[in-house]
Amino acid sequence: MAQSDNANPEVMTTSDGTPLKESLRRSMRRNRIKALLLVAPLGLFIFFSFVMPILTMMYRSITNPEIIDHLPRATAELRAWTPAESDLPPESFFRAISLDMLTADEEDRHIGRAGGQLNYEIPGARSMLGRTGRAVTSLDEPPDSWKDFILEQHRLWEDPATYQIMQRQMNPITAQYYLNALDFRYDAEGNIERQPEFQRIYVELYWRTLWVSALITGLTILLGFPVAYLLANLPMRISNLLMILVLLPFWTSLLVRTSSWIVILQSQGVLNDILVLLGVVADDNRPRMIYNMIGTVVGMTHILLPFMILPLYSVMKGIPPSYVRAARSLGANPVVAFFRVYLPQTVAGIGAGSILVFILSIGYYITPALIGGSSGQLISNFIAYHMQSSLNWSLAAALGGILLVAVLILYYFYNKLIGVDKMKLG
Amino acid sequence: MALPAYAGKLETAWYYGFRFYCGLVFFFLITPILVIIPLSFNAQPYFSFTTEMLTLQPEGWSLRWYEDFLTSERWMQGIRNSFIIAIAASFLATSLGTLAALGLSRAYMPFRNAFMAMLISPMIVPLIISAAGMYFFYSDVGLAQTFPGVILAHTALGTPFVIIVVTATLMGFDQSLVRAAAISGANPKTTFFKVTMPLIAPGMISGALFAFITSLDEIVIVNFIAGAGQRTVPMRMFAGIREEISPTILAVATILVTISVILLTTLEMIRRRNERIRGIVPQ
Repeated sequence: MAQSDNANPEVMTTSDGTPLKESLRRSMRRNRIKALLLVAPLGLFIFFSFVMPILTMMYRSITNPEIIDHLPRATAELRAWTPAESDLPPESFFRAISLDMLTADEEDRHIGRAGGQLNYEIPGARSMLGRTGRAVTSLDEPPDSWKDFILEQHRLWEDPATYQIMQRQMNPITAQYYLNALDFRYDAEGNIERQPEFQRIYVELYWRTLWVSALITGLTILLGFPVAYLLANLPMRISNLLMILVLLPFWTSLLVRTSSWIVILQSQGVLNDILVLLGVVADDNRPRMIYNMIGTVVGMTHILLPFMILPLYSVMKGIPPSYVRAARSLGANPVVAFFRVYLPQTVAGIGAGSILVFILSIGYYITPALIGGSSGQLISNFIAYHMQSSLNWSLAAALGGILLVAVLILYYFYNKLIGVDKMKLG
Repeated sequence: MALPAYAGKLETAWYYGFRFYCGLVFFFLITPILVIIPLSFNAQPYFSFTTEMLTLQPEGWSLRWYEDFLTSERWMQGIRNSFIIAIAASFLATSLGTLAALGLSRAYMPFRNAFMAMLISPMIVPLIISAAGMYFFYSDVGLAQTFPGVILAHTALGTPFVIIVVTATLMGFDQSLVRAAAISGANPKTTFFKVTMPLIAPGMISGALFAFITSLDEIVIVNFIAGAGQRTVPMRMFAGIREEISPTILAVATILVTISVILLTTLEMIRRRNERIRGIVPQ
């Protein structure tokens, strides 16, 4: 009898005698593993080729290996010395640093890297180390006092602040780059102070980036909302045709759209020609509409507008027209019916579009780089500058780190409010 | 949304005003794309319309910039590179992305939201940050300035689109078909290729097209990790816009717009076919 096969009649079992609960759990675990295995290839790929590279770059913004790696013996000596003992470090430090310089080639170290690093805080430190290095390596026999010999090579060796800054640079972890990215710096004593007036650029740049992104988001709402409304309420045959006017820019190369804005907005461009022809502006007084902030804002608004229209459209498509009709028949005038009944139903679409446009604009690089001139540059352009031209990679990483945190916070809210899987792409 | 017969003056004005405003926005959207097309046939090396062009004299028009483009070894190399990279990257992105989307659509997927957020992140993280990170990473592993390096980087950028589109397609997919296939004795591989794939193929194709156009248009990351041998069309255009703007760029731009139109038409046809199959007929 089936009943007697069960040790405990209270527990339901499958045909092979395992309790149903256990069997269910096992099969669910199997299902979970199967699902995970499907995601695993891409998950691992994205983690190793995308997430990890970004994390390692962020790590670069807080590490400071140059002095430790390239002047190891001098580092050890300088760690043992405190500025309170004497103005300048003892002879042993100078012997150590000259040994570092003499053995740099065979140990595959580069004094220049240490010099470049120090140069950010002590202007002239690069040439100080370079000149001293050449003097030390060209010596035939060791001098009586390394200290006296090195002090003669460069005036900066006589400045006690040099050694204090070097000591701070020996710390493997530093907040220096994040301080620089926020227009602060360490003074010689290691206190945090604001950058001198003329060097404060980044805070203003972050504000400018936020402000421009907010402006572009606002403009895309102003331009996109009516169009999305029209598209959602026209008969499908016409709206499908008009939709092409939205989707074609969306699918057209960014560089194509940017170059066509140059064609339109430049001083000898199409728009200025038309304005001159209409007599609105004088031929010798054509307004400058590109290679400045106007160029950036116009170009980016054009590029990001479809990202506002598409989510708005898909939300508006789902709003039944009967609500507004009901409001009207209950006596609301069109304005009240719109603001009290229709608009609240589109909030999800406005939210989705706004966050998306805002996220994309605060990290925008290409359009400002090409048509922004010098006044239309955003934070991304300065990250690129430090990556490619000034080669201050750690500062680039710190500037990027702050930007990345801002984007991830917005992304988190986007995910919470709308869900990434609900994103619509045309 | 036709204007009712009883509409008053104010309502009529609003109705036409609203349409006029929308017309202006559509004009703003489409003009920049249309304006470059006639200018690419300019006989003069200018970026603006000449009197000859406006009066439609044949001397004002020419194909010289297209000839310039087609006979330039540098542009041709760019086209080859762009297509090699975009085809390989979109193939990889579609394969990996579809697998992941299948997993993410399963009811038992653990940490679904966390995985989704990570897999979509390449689309959200500012390109300049991705480019900087990848630059160091690909240099360290010896993939910088190689085709595989650029292809892998573009694969990472393209997968979010594939995931979004294919997951959306899978929402309308009847899972009982998979069970039916399994009951009929098909193994998972056969089930996928004979049952699932034909049904989600429209989504996969759309995703592949998105990944393709993303790669074809990508400029920030290639600028950082591509070498002289991997110069793509966008890199040439970027350099061209920055340095000396010749109408050759407009000829290239016109060709790129044509490619976009072809891709968009394909996509639109897929969408219409889907709607027809699901019984949504345009009114």
